[in-house]
Amino acid sequence: MKRIPKWIALGGAGFLAAFSSPAAAGNERQVARGKYLVTAMGCNDCHTPLKMGPRGPEPDMSRMLSGHPQELVMPPAPKLPEGPWAFVVGGTMTAWSGPWGVSFSANLTPDRETGLGTWTVQNFIEALRTGRHMGRGRPILPPMPYQMISTLTDADLQAVFGYLKTIPPIRNQVPSPVPPAEVPTARAQ
Amino acid sequence: MNRAEMHRTDRRCARAALAAGLAVGLSASTAAARPPAARWEPPRRLAETGLYSDAARHVVSPGVLPYEPQYPLWTDGARKRRWIRLPPGAFIDGSDPDGWVFPVGTRLWKEFAWGRRVETRYMELGRDWVWHFATYVWNEDQSDATLAPERGLVAAHEFRSGVWHDVPGRADCLTCHEGGRARVLGFNALQLSPDRDPGAPGAATPTPAAVDLRRLAEMGLVRGLPPAALEHPPRIEAPTARARAALGYLQANCGVCHNSSGPLSSLGLSLEYPLATRSTAPPPAVETTVGRASRFRLPAAGGEDGLRIAPGDPERSVLLRRMVSRNPIVQMPPLGTHAVDEQAAALVSEWIRLDLVPGRSSATQLTRKEEGR
Repeated sequence: MKRIPKWIALGGAGFLAAFSSPAAAGNERQVARGKYLVTAMGCNDCHTPLKMGPRGPEPDMSRMLSGHPQELVMPPAPKLPEGPWAFVVGGTMTAWSGPWGVSFSANLTPDRETGLGTWTVQNFIEALRTGRHMGRGRPILPPMPYQMISTLTDADLQAVFGYLKTIPPIRNQVPSPVPPAEVPTARAQ
Repeated sequence: MNRAEMHRTDRRCARAALAAGLAVGLSASTAAARPPAARWEPPRRLAETGLYSDAARHVVSPGVLPYEPQYPLWTDGARKRRWIRLPPGAFIDGSDPDGWVFPVGTRLWKEFAWGRRVETRYMELGRDWVWHFATYVWNEDQSDATLAPERGLVAAHEFRSGVWHDVPGRADCLTCHEGGRARVLGFNALQLSPDRDPGAPGAATPTPAAVDLRRLAEMGLVRGLPPAALEHPPRIEAPTARARAALGYLQANCGVCHNSSGPLSSLGLSLEYPLATRSTAPPPAVETTVGRASRFRLPAAGGEDGLRIAPGDPERSVLLRRMVSRNPIVQMPPLGTHAVDEQAAALVSEWIRLDLVPGRSSATQLTRKEEGR
């Protein structure tokens, strides 16, 4: 049998030892870190719709992190009377109405058409640092607490994005936000 | 090669391969441990940036050259003046018409005025090949301009009754200046072409002192230009004057973010006009918009799918609808403006209505000369 030259074997071992294995392990650690952050920071609270279960509302994990369900077309938000009540939220916790208009929780799954599938890690980090869609577009709206999340380190934001890339893609086209001037209001009954 | 020589060669190669393997493998981890680059400290006053030889009288320094791009960025009707200064003996590598390479130490200024000077923006290419940005806000008596806060200044000047101009923060600067390949946005082969577009919205007539492509080449400040760039200066090739002006406006005002090389390239929406790859096919601003579905749902359309550009139908074209909105959620550009560019909106509307033909694919739009339209 022909021997593999020693320099090739040693070089390959060098690459494997120094690059591949730590990279794979590092990737696993990064995804685990991302899952931990997503769970602990409460991303599911708004990005996974609630459904009614035997003990009351519970996250519908079959739609994990897929945002406001596209088939749930929200009627105009009720107009609140003068007073301290300022916001209205849908029962799924994915549609919010307030002085900024109506906002819908985004689809954070890696679906290419409707989620973060085509986003780069740069898009993701810049969005959360600047509070702008994809880091360059319209403002990210309340109640998304990007100001708090923007204080994470780049490594943590990369971990969050790395984890979101591993969850099941769900095709769900979340509606665009509705600006205040365009909000049709319904009279409170 | 005898066995001993082979053995020595193997050992040398093994050491080199191991070193290379470890170096490559470790580079990622050591990169994270590298100390951050020294923070750039902008001068506290505009007068300290080198723009003026006599700041009190606003006399511009020798070697600071005025220029006037043919397709200016809309900033709510501000009157703008722009200057560039290259270090002595330095020049711009103009061999790539879409990606000029500026020498370290390049400085650019842009002054914004509505009746009086309001702000002057400044960028400088540092020794680390990183562009640095700062903005200076003018005082009431116009005697001095001082560094704006890093987060910018909201409602800095009321340019129209009830409508205020915001001085951008550093992150706002990067939003546009890091939106594509080029960090310098208004100083390139197309913008400085002597073959200027007379239909460009908002364009000012260059002063006699303003440098253009030809003058820069004569002065040796831009070198390596393709010979054709001077014989046939760059221009937007379009079948009508209206289409030329519309494409020019879109590349300057939208293409800095919406292009095929920057962070938003995944959107597949490119409004740039690359000179190096031009062909007889419609430009990207047509190819990626006409008849293409928009991901953005216009509220007034009941959330229905719209087209980026519906040929012949400006009302149904999301691109135009967002141009003419100043609702923060809808408007385009999303920052830097609080008033609609009515002249440009009318131009783009007419271009969509008259130059883009319903029923044609984007690939066959703008390929025929239609006199008199």
